[in-house]
Amino acid sequence: MRAVITVIGKDMVGILAKVSNECAKHNINVLEVTQSILQDMFAMIMMVEISGSDVPFTQFAENIGKMGDEMGLSIHAMHEDIFNAMHTI
Amino acid sequence: MLNARDILETITMIQDEHLDVRTITMGISLLDCCHSDVDVMCQKVYDKITKYAKDLVKTGEDIEKEFGIPIINKRISITPAAMILASCDNKDAVKLAKTLDAAAKTCGVNFLGGFSALVQKGFGPGDKELIEAIPEALASTDFVCSSVNIGSTKTGINMDAVGLMGKVVKRSAELTADRGCIGPAKLVVFCNAPEDNPFMAGAFHGAGEPDCVINVGVSGPGVVRAALAKAGDEIDLTAVADLIKKTAFKITRMGQLVATEASRRLNVPFGIVDLSLAPTPAVGDSVAYILEEMGLECCGCHGTTAALALLNDAVKKGGVMASSHVGGLSGAFIPVTEDAGMIHAAEIGALSLTKLEAMTAVCSVGLDMINIPGDTTPEVISAIIADEAAIGMVNSKTTAVRVIPAIGKKVGEELDFGGLLGRGPVMPLSTYSPAKFINRGGRIPAPMQSLKN
Repeated sequence: MRAVITVIGKDMVGILAKVSNECAKHNINVLEVTQSILQDMFAMIMMVEISGSDVPFTQFAENIGKMGDEMGLSIHAMHEDIFNAMHTI
Repeated sequence: MLNARDILETITMIQDEHLDVRTITMGISLLDCCHSDVDVMCQKVYDKITKYAKDLVKTGEDIEKEFGIPIINKRISITPAAMILASCDNKDAVKLAKTLDAAAKTCGVNFLGGFSALVQKGFGPGDKELIEAIPEALASTDFVCSSVNIGSTKTGINMDAVGLMGKVVKRSAELTADRGCIGPAKLVVFCNAPEDNPFMAGAFHGAGEPDCVINVGVSGPGVVRAALAKAGDEIDLTAVADLIKKTAFKITRMGQLVATEASRRLNVPFGIVDLSLAPTPAVGDSVAYILEEMGLECCGCHGTTAALALLNDAVKKGGVMASSHVGGLSGAFIPVTEDAGMIHAAEIGALSLTKLEAMTAVCSVGLDMINIPGDTTPEVISAIIADEAAIGMVNSKTTAVRVIPAIGKKVGEELDFGGLLGRGPVMPLSTYSPAKFINRGGRIPAPMQSLKN
C-alpha cells in the first residue's frame, strides 16, 4: 500500500530531514521524492510505502499533520488511491 | 504514474476550494419491522437501525483520515415510515418518529430521513396518520427528516395531498416558531421523488431497494468555480461546458472511491453516487457564484436559467462516466439559504421566487430552503407546491418544495437556522389567492408523453 505525503509552505532548513525521519521512525519507506521551490514557497511530494508501518496509517497522517502545524507547514499524508481515482481513467 | 501537478491540484481542491464528500448515507429497509403493536414495532426499528449503522460514523471518519477527504455528513435513510406504520393497529406516528430520533442519536448520525409517505395517487393505510403527525414529529425530534411524494409523471398530481401539505408545512413552522421555524426546513414535498437519494431532507429508502445499501452524495461547487475562474473570460460556452464536465468527473471519481471503500468496509452493497453540486453557506462553496463566474452580474438576472441548464447538464455528463452507478438527484442544487451567492442575490432583490421557479425546470431539485412570509396561508403554500409539482410532472424530472414560513416575520426580515441550513431573507410572494383552485381537491391527470411541444 502506498501513500503520498505533500509538504507545502515556506522553505526552511531541515524539512526533508524531519519528514523522512518521521517516516523512518515508523518503518515507512520513502520510494520517491520530488520537490520544487517557487518564490520561497516549498512544495515537496513524497511517495511512500506504508505496508510495513508500525502505526495505523490514520494515526501517522494525524501525527505528521500536527508536525506540519508546529513547523508552520501544510503537511498531508493521503492514500495514493485518491489521486489515482481523480487523475487516471 | 502520478505527477506533481495532479497531486497539488487535488490538495488545492480540498484545502482551498471546499472539495468534500457531502454525505455517506446508509439506506436501511424496515419492511421486516412491521408489527400490529406499535411498541413492538418501534423496538424492532430501533434494534435494526442501531445494529446496521453502528459502525457507519466510525467507518466514515476512518476513510476521511486515510484518504484525506472531508466527509461532512454520515446519515441514514429508511423505508418510508408510512409503509411500516400501516401494519400497526394504533398508528402512533409520533412515537415512531421519536424512536427514529433515538436511533439516530445512538448511531451518531446527524440526520435520519424517511419519515415519509408516497401518496402520488392516493392515501394508503398509515399515510394520512403519518402526514398529519409530521408537524408534531418534526417539532419533537432533532434529527428526523420527512418527505412526502405528492405527484409523478406516471400518476399525475394528488391535489388532496397537495392541499393537506400546505397545512402541514404551515403548522410545522408554527410549532417550531421558538426555534427559528426549523420544522419545515426538515420537510420536503416531492414530485417524482427518487428512491435512492442520499441527500437530506428528502432521503428515503425506496421499496425496491435492497435490505441495506450505501449511497454517497458528492459536492464541490467551489472546485467548479475555481476551475472556471482559472480559465478566464476568453473561453466560449462550449469550452465552459467541457471544463465543467472534466471537473465533475474528478469530483465524482473521488465520490466513487469513497463509496466503494465504505461499502467494502461496512460489508454493505454499494448503491449509487449522487452527482450533485451541493452548496454550503461557506463563502466560495456556492452554485450562484459558478453562474456569476460564467458571466452573470448577479444570480437571478436574465440568463440565469440558461447558465444553470448548461451547468446541470455538464455536471451529469462529466459525472456519469466517473461512477459505475449514478442515481439520486444528480445535478446542481439551488437551496437559497444554504448558498452564500443566492442569499446575497435574494437580499438585493436580484433573485425572485418566479425566477427560482423557472430555474427549477432545468436544475436537479426544486424550490429549496426559501423563507416566505409568516402570514402566508396554507392554500398559497399548497399552490406553490402544485406549481412546482406540475413542472416536475410535465418534464419527467424530480422537483421539490421546501419553503419555510417565517412565523412573525415579514418580507425582508431574516431567518437564521445556523449550520449547513444557513440563513436568508424572507422573500415576497404573489398576494392574490389560489384558495378556490386548491380547495377543489381531486387529481391532476398524468400528462401526455408524446406530442411534445
